[in-house]
Order: sequence, then C-alpha cells, then structure tokens
Amino acid sequence: MKVKTLLLGAAASFVMAPAAMAERGSDGHVNVIYWQAPSILNPYLSGGTKDIEASSLIIEPLARYDDKGALVPYIAAEVPTVANGGVSEDLTSITWKIKEGLLWSDGTAVTANDAKFTADYCMHPEGGCAQASFFDGVESVEVVDDLTLKITFDQPKPNPYGPLVGGQSPVIQAAQFANCMGAKAPECTEANFAPIGTAGFKVDEFKPNDVISLSANPNYRDPAKPAFATMTLKGGGDATASARAVFETGEMDYAWNLQLAPDVIAKFEEGGKGKAIAGFGPLVERLEMNMTDPSPDLPEGERATVAHPHPFLSDIKVREALSIAIDRDLLVEVGYGTAGKPTCDLVPAPDNFAAKNDFCLTQDMDRAKALLDEAGWTDSDGDGVRDKDGKKLSILYQTSTNAVRQDFQALIKQWWEEIGVEVELRNVDSSVFFGGDPGSPDTFQKFYADVEMYANTFNGTDPQQYLAAYKCGNEPRPASQWQGENINRFCDPAYDALIDELGRTGDIAKRGEIAIKMNNMLTKESHTIVGLVHRGRVSGQSNTLGGHILNVWDSELWDAAEWYRIK
Amino acid sequence: MTDDQEIVPIEALSDNTTLPPHRSQGQEIWLQFRQHKGAMFGGFILAFITLAVLFGSLIWQVDPGKLDIRSKDWRPIYTLIWNGDVKAGWAHPFGTDQLGRDGLANMLAGGRTSLAVGWAAMLLSLFLGAGIGVLAGYFKKLDGPLMRMTDLFLSLPVLPLLLVAVTLFRQPLRANFGPEGGMFILIVGVIGITSWMHTARIVRGDVLALKEREFVLAARSAGTTSKGIITRHLLPNVISPIVVSATFGLATAIITESSLSFLGVGFPSDFPTWGKMLADAVPRMQEFPERVMLPGVAISLTVLAVNYLGDGLRDALDPRIRGR
Repeated sequence: MKVKTLLLGAAASFVMAPAAMAERGSDGHVNVIYWQAPSILNPYLSGGTKDIEASSLIIEPLARYDDKGALVPYIAAEVPTVANGGVSEDLTSITWKIKEGLLWSDGTAVTANDAKFTADYCMHPEGGCAQASFFDGVESVEVVDDLTLKITFDQPKPNPYGPLVGGQSPVIQAAQFANCMGAKAPECTEANFAPIGTAGFKVDEFKPNDVISLSANPNYRDPAKPAFATMTLKGGGDATASARAVFETGEMDYAWNLQLAPDVIAKFEEGGKGKAIAGFGPLVERLEMNMTDPSPDLPEGERATVAHPHPFLSDIKVREALSIAIDRDLLVEVGYGTAGKPTCDLVPAPDNFAAKNDFCLTQDMDRAKALLDEAGWTDSDGDGVRDKDGKKLSILYQTSTNAVRQDFQALIKQWWEEIGVEVELRNVDSSVFFGGDPGSPDTFQKFYADVEMYANTFNGTDPQQYLAAYKCGNEPRPASQWQGENINRFCDPAYDALIDELGRTGDIAKRGEIAIKMNNMLTKESHTIVGLVHRGRVSGQSNTLGGHILNVWDSELWDAAEWYRIK
Repeated sequence: MTDDQEIVPIEALSDNTTLPPHRSQGQEIWLQFRQHKGAMFGGFILAFITLAVLFGSLIWQVDPGKLDIRSKDWRPIYTLIWNGDVKAGWAHPFGTDQLGRDGLANMLAGGRTSLAVGWAAMLLSLFLGAGIGVLAGYFKKLDGPLMRMTDLFLSLPVLPLLLVAVTLFRQPLRANFGPEGGMFILIVGVIGITSWMHTARIVRGDVLALKEREFVLAARSAGTTSKGIITRHLLPNVISPIVVSATFGLATAIITESSLSFLGVGFPSDFPTWGKMLADAVPRMQEFPERVMLPGVAISLTVLAVNYLGDGLRDALDPRIRGR
C-alpha cells in the first residue's frame, strides 16, 4: 500500500513535472512563417495584416478579442462596462485602469501617459495614421492618474471599444516615440522597426520584408512565460511553400493564411508533421462591381471616378444576372472545401449581425438570361455576346495572383460566357494589387476593371466601421491619393442615414437589425457587392506546437506568449 | 627530234575516274547536315512539335478552355498500364486539370503560344543583331557608339525590365490589339530587344575580319558601293554565325516566356502557355506529376532540339568543316 502510494506519487510528480518546471525560455526556439513578409512593426503606419500581426508579438492593446470574440483585458486590469462603472451612463466616455506593476520590455513602468501618447500619436493631423478610424469621434483623452485613462467621445458611443482595443491599435511607449509625432512618424526607423512593448517577445533584429528575430521579453508579466526563448518570424515565399515547411519538412512551426485548394492542403497534411487549423470569422471572398466607368478612353483623373457612371454595371438587372449565374457550392468545393461556406452576404458573422441571405445560393441560368433580356441586352449581331445600343456586354475581371483565385476566375468566366457576357481575365501580383501605391494602375483601390475579386474582413465583433466604409464620398479618387474604402463607389443617402443611426444605437438587438438592413442594401437589394464564399482562416500548426488557439477576431499571433513545445 | 613523240600526260595529273557530278552549295550543306545525327533528330523533333501545335487542334478538336468539373483530375492514359483503377481514358489522353480542362488541348494551345513567341522574338533579335553587328563592324564611326549601346543592353536585366514594361505599356497595347495580342507584342518586343546583343557582337567580329580580306578590297577597287559590299560579300559570309545564334535565340525566348508565365506576369490566366501550365501545376506536383512533366518535357525537348539543330547547322555551314 505504502509502496503503491509512493509509486503513484512518483508517477504523478513525473506527470506534473513539465507544468511545474515550465519557466521562461525553457522550450528553446520557435519558427513562424508569413508568406507575405512584414515590412514595418508599427501598425499605425501600415494597414497590412502581415505588419499588424507581426507587431502583435511585441506590442499589446488595452484589451483584445479572444477566440470567441469576447473582449479580454491585456494592458488594462479589466474591461470597463456600464455595469462596473468604466463606461459612463450616457455612453460618452470610457475609463480604463491599467494593470499595476506592468513593465515595458526595457524595464520602465507602463503608465496611462503611454496610452494617451498613443492616441495623440495616431490622431495627429499630419501623421497619416493608418488606424485613424479607431479614433473616430474621440473628443479628448485624459490621464486621470498614473494608471487611469479617460477617453471622452463627442457623442454617445454604443461601442466605445474602438481606441486602443484590438490588434490594430496597440499601446506604444511614449518615451520611445516622443520625437516621432506627426510628419516625422515614418522617419523614426529605429522605433518603427523595433518598438518596445509589453507582449511576450521583443525584437532583436528586424530585416524589413525578410525576417524578424525575437527573444522572450524579460519583463513579461507572467514570470513563467513565454516558454520559447527565441522566435524567428520568416517572411516571403508563397502559400504552397509555407504549407510544405510546416506539414512536410517540419522546418517551421506555424504558417499563416494557407489559401490553398482543399485537396492540396489534404495532400500536404499527409506529411504528418503538422495539421491545418481553421476558424470562421467574418472573412468573405466577394466580387465587387464597379459603379463607375473604368474605360481607358477616359482621361486619367476621371477614369473610374463618380463623374462617369458605369455603362452597364450601373444597371441593377445586369448585376443581379451576374450574381445568380454563379454556382457558389461548386466554388467552395473547388477552392476551400470545409474551410468555406457559400454566402450572399457582406457580413456573414457574428450571428446577431449576419443576414443569412439565400437568394443567390442556387445557380439560375434561365433567370439570369431573362434578366439580361429584360434589361435590353440581347445578342443582336449573333456573335455570342450580348449588346445594346452598339455597346458590348464585355467585362474585365481582375484579382490577385493566387491559384485558388485563378480557378475561381476560370469557373466564373465560363458561367458568364454561358449567359452571353464576354469576360477578360487579369491577375495582378498581390503585393501590387493590395499595395495601395497611387502611382500603379493595378491596385484594387483604383479599380481599373469592371469587376474585381478579393476577400476582406473586420476585427472584433462589431461591423460598424466595416459597413461605414460604403459612405458617399469615401471612395478612392485622385483627390484622396486613391485611398478610401468604398471600393465600389457605392452611394446611397438612405445608406448614409443608416450609418448615422447605427452610430447612435446602443441596443445590441437593434444594432443587429440595422446592420442586416445595411448588408442587404449592399447585397440583396443592389448586388453591388456579390458575396461568394464565407472563408475560414486556415493556418498550419506543427504537431509539436502547443498552446495555440486560432483567433479569427484579432491577430493570429495573439497568444504567442502561451505557446509551448509538446515533447 | 621529239616530233613524233606523243605527249603523254603525267600519270599523276590525269583523271583516271570520272569526276563526281557538281553539287550546289545547298546540296553540300544538306549532305554535311545529314551527317550530324543529333541535328537530324533535333530537326525532326522541332518539325514534329511545330506541326503538332499548328495543326494538332484540327485533329484534336477540344476547346482548351472548356471546364468540365465532373471529369476533373483525370490521369494521362499511360497510367492505366500499371494502375487499372485510375481515372483515365482516351477521352483525355493527357488527363485533365483540377477544373477538368483537357491536358492535350492545353498542351497544343500552349505550345502554339510558346513557339510563336519563340519564333517572333528570335526573328526580331536576329534582325536587330545582324543589322547592328554589320553596321558596327563595317563603319568605323558607328563602331564605338553601337558597341557601347550593346554593352548597355547587355547589362539590362530582362525580368525586371519586363515587369516595368508590362505596367507601362499594357494599357495602350491592350486597347489596340486586345489582351492577348497586346501581351504577345509586348513580350516578343521585350525579349527581342534584350537578346540581340550576342548576335551583334559575333557578327561585328566576323565583319571586322572579313572586310580586310582581299576579295572585299577587290570589290571596293572595282567601285562597289558599301551597300553592295555588305549585301553581296559580307552578309553571305556571316550567315553561319547568324543562323546559329538564331537557333539559340529561339531556345532562350521560349525559356524566357515560360519563366514569365511561371511568375504570373504576362498572358491572361485563362490563356495557356507551357510556362503557365507548369506554374499552375506546381501546388499539386506530388499527386499529379504529369502536369509538371508534360509541359516541362515539351519545353526541354524543343529547346534541346533547337540546340542540336543549331549545332548541326554550324557544322554544315562552315566550309572548312564541310566534307571532312
């Protein structure tokens, strides 16, 4: 009996050993691959997902969304609500308390001053802050005491968790960025390439567009974490190569965004060194219809601007015909498998904001043809392409270069040609397409095409900012250096009124109703945005990497401090 | 004296046998060329591939762009030899891709583009290279500037140049010649103007040597104009290096087009070329190796055939080697 107890005790201590022995840096090195290489580690100066996610290894917001979409405090001690008094009754201010004793990786204390500085940094009128929309409606930011920050809004904010919440707007150190305000922000290379942070890791070396070497933050709040002493974040290559590196060769422990066909991923997984993980957020692969005329005959500066409406896509019947001629089930089967679901919506998640439309889910060629006939588009000269008033129904359809997207293009082209629409395909390198360079004619913002396809999503669980993008006047145009989020150049005063209404509404059920109405105005009622596939986030994780939960509401690397090596 | 003596020709100087019939230069070259087995083989393969891509679509009348998702991922017919259960058949002898496009039809259509680009770019670079080479070699004043320009072009990297050219010129060319035609002109143009330099250098060297020879001096003293000397005396003598570098140029152009398509710039994604087929097949390389192998082998075979052909032509066109 005694021996048995002893043995049990010994066995138990062996089992418990890894947990008890877990200490910072005990698990050595971890490798992460991002096939789009990070080029800066300051999310306020870059809208790129790759940059935001890489920087989330180093800097943290006051609070962020967990894998279920709930807010959890990071730098803050708790999430302020009306119930705990953190948010004022009239919803015009929010008061954050910072965790006591929290240190930056250089050993100095984190204070409310740093948070206020961050807000000032992003709201600086000359700064060109990429995340300025998070600070919309902020009237003032005050430091109440060393650890208390009060943000006041110019009107009641039903969702006050914008500024300094989520991976896109983390807190940066005031001391490090003090001389980088406004127009000087991009010049502070040292700070932008190696920000001092509070998260699990700190930067040892950063080679832009290539590789980041990190080591454990010596002043991280949990003395036992992170388990990894060092990390390498390698950038570049393509989705196929990074999948191989995790699943087949095992060189890498984590690969981001594996946009590969399901049969390709399944084949790679047979390599046995890792597994694909997927989670559904609000990411939607969609077709965007250009409401303006992209014709190259128009002078530069007027091309694809609201001055010239599109010759045929401004006709709702044509847009609807194009939408219902698509077999979305087949697209999902070919391109995403279990990591995708057919959708007609712009906002497919979370549940209370999702319209769950099904008007487009069955392909209906006859109706598509009938719609085009109704709209007056008939094949009058017998060349197989519909025309009207001497104008041919000919579409230039562009997207970024990616095997799955090119398959989609080929399939959709075939369906559209069946209903008598001529289609020309074009694919542009993703770094150019999403690069936002106002000098390039090939960016998705310039939209020098009739239809384009890409995916977009929003962080957090509230689509307000996402839907507000389709405001009149928010379209990319020469005067805005071709920046802007209203890619379709959609404009409807009734929609703008709903944006304002959503901004004033606090009741969550009512917000859902308004958001669904807005979603339907863009999709079901106007077919300006044609949803194709509700995509899951697919990443590759090594079998020896533990402690990671895929988060679709925030940065994927949100829990890097919790990662450990399974032995 | 010796009057009645018959004049007997020296034994060694008399023709004991009848002379072989006179052969033209063309026949000589052909005879020599036939000696080179590799060149014959290369010529045969190139002729076969060219005929196949030109007229193959008349026999195999399947639309290369037609998607047939129900019969996707077919294997080539030869896989039936070792695996009877595999999805394959004579409906698609080269198999189909992940969207059910026919492999054979794509190979034929893709080869047409690849070879057309190769031939057109080769002719362009031949014309430029020979012209510049002759001018630089013959006219002393032009030699310096033309050769420095050659050096300049030699230092231009083709791929970045093409990427810039695609951004700058795609719109106007597409508006005038359509998406495929415009891209064809662009690619042929850029490959052509970046690959004439070696021809130009070789031709210049040969012309420099030739123009000091006596027959050129004789022509000049007889009052032949520069134009006459170049067309009648110099060009025929440098034809062999020109032809040889032309064949190598054809191979380079096919490879450059393939690598461009492989990188995803160039022709629209639904317009097959061998390079693009190769690029599209890479993610499924392990499951369907034939999708990489077939266009890859086609590129290699064409390039190899052209190289052997060039080798044989060089031997055949050189009078010092000929007949040995």
